[in-house]
Amino acid sequence: MTALLGLLRKETYHILRDTRTLLVIILLPVLQVIIFGYAIRTDVDRVRLAIVDPHPDYATLALRSRFTAAGVFTVVAVESRVDALESLFQRGEAQEAIVFDPDFAEHLARGLPARLMLVTDATEPNTGSAVQAYASAVIEGYERELQAGAPGVRIAPEIRMRFNPTRESSNLFVPGLMAFILTIISSLMTAISLTREKETGSMEALLVSPLRPWQIIVGKVAPYLAVGFVSVVGVIVEARLVFNVPLRGSVALLLAESVLFILVSLSLGILISARTSSQRVAMMGAMVGTMLPTMLLSGFIFPIESMPQVLQVVSNIVPARWFVFVARSIMLKGVGLEYLWRETLVLVTMALVLLTMSTRAFHERLE
Amino acid sequence: MTGELAIQTKDLTRVFGAFTAVDHITFDVRVGEVFGFLGANGAGKTTALRMLIGLLAPTSGSARVAGHDVVTESEAIKHDIGYMSQRFSLYEDLTVRENIQLYGGIYGLSNRQIRDRTERLLARLGFESAANDFVRALPLGWRQKLAFSVALLHQPRIVFLDEPTSGVDPITRRQFWELIYEAAAAGTTVLITTHYMDEAEYCDRISIMVAGKIGALGTPSDLKHQFGTESIDEVFVTLARPDAAGGAGGSPP
Repeated sequence: MTALLGLLRKETYHILRDTRTLLVIILLPVLQVIIFGYAIRTDVDRVRLAIVDPHPDYATLALRSRFTAAGVFTVVAVESRVDALESLFQRGEAQEAIVFDPDFAEHLARGLPARLMLVTDATEPNTGSAVQAYASAVIEGYERELQAGAPGVRIAPEIRMRFNPTRESSNLFVPGLMAFILTIISSLMTAISLTREKETGSMEALLVSPLRPWQIIVGKVAPYLAVGFVSVVGVIVEARLVFNVPLRGSVALLLAESVLFILVSLSLGILISARTSSQRVAMMGAMVGTMLPTMLLSGFIFPIESMPQVLQVVSNIVPARWFVFVARSIMLKGVGLEYLWRETLVLVTMALVLLTMSTRAFHERLE
Repeated sequence: MTGELAIQTKDLTRVFGAFTAVDHITFDVRVGEVFGFLGANGAGKTTALRMLIGLLAPTSGSARVAGHDVVTESEAIKHDIGYMSQRFSLYEDLTVRENIQLYGGIYGLSNRQIRDRTERLLARLGFESAANDFVRALPLGWRQKLAFSVALLHQPRIVFLDEPTSGVDPITRRQFWELIYEAAAAGTTVLITTHYMDEAEYCDRISIMVAGKIGALGTPSDLKHQFGTESIDEVFVTLARPDAAGGAGGSPP
């Protein structure tokens, strides 16, 4: 036990005294939250548009034709009652809806603000805000055209975002970012720190000692589990303070799932380091093997549903895919384990399989 | 007689694919002996050493270290041996004292033992003033002496030194050998690999490996006599020549 404590202390010193790396570990999540919070944008086309037009007349028809002419929108339904919208959105048939006020044309004619409502499904906030911006531009275009003939004419759109009312893409990217940062800290840092000991030869000194292989592994990776945990807490707090990202579900569950994901990533890191002997190769391995899939195939940046079928299938073996889904569901929908047990089970299975594989790989190196 | 043997190998062999790195070597090391393990790079001495300290499983043959079989009792061996390699001399980002404490803990010493032995070790090396310095700030020679002392911290019965003096200046090398003699006088068996032929002369007995086999084995004076040369250096060169390599321990020209 003292041996293990000594190892843990040693590894902690390694981490704390490597100030440059430590700074990267601390600043990276902070910066990424900001970069991703402001920078991610997605383009859209073929927006499924529903129209609610209680009194169709020249004015509403003129605006409707502008939407069809814009090329981006496909009208999926024209309704006379606003009640119809609910089911259209819920079935996912409509992504956006324009609801004309019954007095739209009359107000226009009398020079009063003509009212309409723009409802956008912002479950996927990048797409949602882009779709909403397109629609607003179309409406503004029409307004300017009217104003050329009759100055003072005004259209007053009321903008509604469904499901994600703040429209913050940060709501969606934060869970993905958590996965990404945990991958960097757990997989990359672990792989590098283990191969560093191989490179310098200190691993030999540990292997020759009476330490059991599991003690060496625990001593090496437990401090990174702690660092990863602190980073997750940091990202959640920053997301809450800077972007007001909600945390509707259980914090304890979210943290427990994070620890599970850290274990999966740590095992991947050990596995990578067992197959490589230099820090540089380990770094490449960790980037290609864990960071890229986490970025590209987890739904972090690109929605899984819009990927080609092949990639959707491949994404199933990316641990981050499951974690991102779980974290999003807990944070944004506030659901509990009763809805997430399948995904959690996948992560538990991955953790068990990878931990077994990595411990075995570590043993094999002795041969 | 076997009770006095620290290391005993019989036909110890290690094959990597088609390459036989260590080819049926058989030798004994007596308790308290300073045994030199010589050979050109790639002759197989490091592979042999790795099998003895449990880092590598033998392909065939057997070896006993400190009375334990290297294959079936490798865990028992670990408490009885110390190891120091040229590549690694302690963690550079830990202080002298932290390194000592780390290894004391790894080898299961009590806190009290660690404290006592740390002070004794620092005093013997004259390192008291550097106790809280980072190892990276120490000159290479200091590090090697410290690493050797740390390898002896748990008082192993046998210590394995893999080219411990490469890159070290002659004066420090001499001081290093004084430490080795001190350990040997205290009853520790020392197995050392080295490139330096003058160091071979300091050993009680040496073996010279050529292409995975033991080309010569004996006391330095025996070997010089056997090969009719003035120095171990010449013995080594004679052995390394292809026509001489086959005649392991063969007659002098």
